Amino acid sequence: MSKKIITLHVNGKDREVAIDERESLYETLRNELCLTSIKKGCEVGECGACSVLLNGRCIDSCIYLTVWAVGKDIVTVEGLRDEENDDITDVQKEFIKQAAVQCGFCTPGFILKAVEIVGHNKPYTREEIKKLITGNLCRCTGYMNIVTAIEHAIKHNMDKLGVPYEVAPATTSFDIPDSEKDKMLEGVLAMQDNDVTKF
Amino acid sequence: MFDVSFIYEAKDVKDAIKKLVENENSEVISGGTDVLIRVREGKDAGMGLVSIHNIAELKGVKKDSDGSIIIGAGTSFHDIAYNEIIKECLPSLGEAVDTVGGPQVRETATIGGNICNGATSADSASTLVALQADIVLEGPNGERVVNIKDFYTGPGKTVRDRCEVCKCFKIKKENYENYYGYYFKYGKRKSLEIATLGCSVLVKLNASKDAIEDVKIAYGVAAPTPSRAYKAEEFVKGKKLDDKNLLDGFAELALSEMKPRDSWRASKEFREQLIKEMAKRSLVNSIRRAGGKIEYYV
Repeated sequence: MSKKIITLHVNGKDREVAIDERESLYETLRNELCLTSIKKGCEVGECGACSVLLNGRCIDSCIYLTVWAVGKDIVTVEGLRDEENDDITDVQKEFIKQAAVQCGFCTPGFILKAVEIVGHNKPYTREEIKKLITGNLCRCTGYMNIVTAIEHAIKHNMDKLGVPYEVAPATTSFDIPDSEKDKMLEGVLAMQDNDVTKF
Repeated sequence: MFDVSFIYEAKDVKDAIKKLVENENSEVISGGTDVLIRVREGKDAGMGLVSIHNIAELKGVKKDSDGSIIIGAGTSFHDIAYNEIIKECLPSLGEAVDTVGGPQVRETATIGGNICNGATSADSASTLVALQADIVLEGPNGERVVNIKDFYTGPGKTVRDRCEVCKCFKIKKENYENYYGYYFKYGKRKSLEIATLGCSVLVKLNASKDAIEDVKIAYGVAAPTPSRAYKAEEFVKGKKLDDKNLLDGFAELALSEMKPRDSWRASKEFREQLIKEMAKRSLVNSIRRAGGKIEYYV
């Protein structure tokens, strides 16, 4: 089948690209436009690793045809930028701060979903956040830190809007006071002293 | 790349039908969340796809002058679940479609595709059966309206011809007004799950809210097609809410009308248990939403 030239609006720019019309949006963005933040996971719309924002809403690009995306606004992690401060966005900063990343395969999908959630300008509870991210799978983090990161990102946004929003009490090791962490570290070191592998 | 012979983006419904008639080995694609996966698995490989994805006339929910609600077949589940008309008039349908797949799938998957696939497990199907929706189909010979009770002919089979495009669903005012509904989806996970059993109940209470005026109950996965339990409905009509035999009788009759099967998801015996239990719980929840009191059931 011959290739066809189309224009996609990706990350704020019009990009001309030659595609086969049987291609999925995932294939075009990753293979033709080299946007490698998008990952191929399950290819059946379960894992969310291929998520992109289409007109501000998260979709699975592996089961979406490229031809459908013509004339729509596409955003990937490469296009996220806090223009005001010339920095990465609050969502990305919170993912780093809360250690919501381990192997990183699912992270771009989660960040885009988080950007969509924060963009609703609504205060969500932890339970609501959990439901909103059910379309993204993570096999490392256990989701705890991801939910916390999204919660903190919502808080930043709510502070800007002047809406009171309380982040749920800390459940991750990152919110444990330093004095407590020192004690825990001592305990770990003491255990290593008795480690049989030493001998 | 998907293994299809061509992808044609139709400008409107008439254009889509013309293309479907011209190409014998072609089918309609709307949201793509089922068709593209079937193609990828090799089941529908080599077929031509006629896309109705971006046809604006198929999208949206509106209320007609006579009060009936019209849901465009190309409306995504997300747009239905968060639509103001749906929230006001058909909240149980909004709840039901909000259980399909995950959030990303719900952004693209459409209600028309969900019904036309003919799957008994479709989450929107049992509620639409309970609401007695009319399905508007357009084919080469013009438009026709089929009630959802006559739509399904077998597992994965419907009366829709290959060349017909499902345009919209119509729900008449008398079928939703003063009805309160509940959709119960039983699955092993809370998300990204195909229903082991789905049950949708609609209840209308009398003015003093102590007796049932009318009930509709429809199941998914309890039979080869989404089906209603008519005998159970007749049994509870006019019964007082404090009638001790109300729930058990309702559940027993509902079970007698269903034909569940063994599958890898669940055994026949387990499904039979679910049919009874879900009938009771869905009925109680619907009654409570309607403002009725059932004290003996916790």
